[in-house]
Amino acid sequence: MLFDRRLKWKTRLFAGIVVASNALGNFFLARGMRHLSASPNSPLTFIEAIFTPWVALGITLLIVWLLSRMALLSWADLSYVLPVTSLGYVANAAMGYYFLDERITLQRWAGTLLIVAGTVLVGRSVSSTGEPA
Amino acid sequence: MTAWTLLAIIVGSTVMADLLQSFEMKRHGEIRFRTGGLARLAATLARKKFLILAVLFMAVSFFAFMKLVETADLSFAVPVSAASLVLETILARIVLKERVDSRRWWGACLVAFGVALVAR
Repeated sequence: MLFDRRLKWKTRLFAGIVVASNALGNFFLARGMRHLSASPNSPLTFIEAIFTPWVALGITLLIVWLLSRMALLSWADLSYVLPVTSLGYVANAAMGYYFLDERITLQRWAGTLLIVAGTVLVGRSVSSTGEPA
Repeated sequence: MTAWTLLAIIVGSTVMADLLQSFEMKRHGEIRFRTGGLARLAATLARKKFLILAVLFMAVSFFAFMKLVETADLSFAVPVSAASLVLETILARIVLKERVDSRRWWGACLVAFGVALVAR
């Protein structure tokens, strides 16, 4: 029982870290890429872009995302991890709307909400996450 | 390179990376964090060949994504790349032999519809 509870909280904590680090990482990456002096079109220019401050911050957060997701995958099913952490897609859309001045149509919001609905449905299913059904 | 070509590269390489990563991490077993054990854990993981291959696919996906967000909306690029999720749910059942119940299938279907709406 104690083991189940520990795994349940560990799973929730890591799912939260995965979602937050993904949304913030993508936001800083997009912000950095749009403010480059020249568009990267060769391996060398991509490497140069990686070391600009905003892109570097975005990549650092995406490394946190990658490591926390890998850890989560070591005890939870891929078919659970992927949909639950897809909440990050919604967080990304919100970041684009509020901080990158993106115009998001009603249709795009509807699509994003459907992704949330799918995520909730999947989260209620039985899975190998230490959580009861 | 068009936005759709970049998206195809992102989705294809993400699917491959996730399958390889899940397979190798499951083979390794649950990770437990202990003081001073992280370096040993990193060294162990760095020797896993499927994990190395997964990282290469992730790199391809990442550079394509970098290029995509330079011009495309984040609110478009990120949700549309969720198309990989539907493929991965199917492949998790077929390749990884995971038990995927009906709620998860319906969930994956809703995500697919959501992606289609965002992409239109």
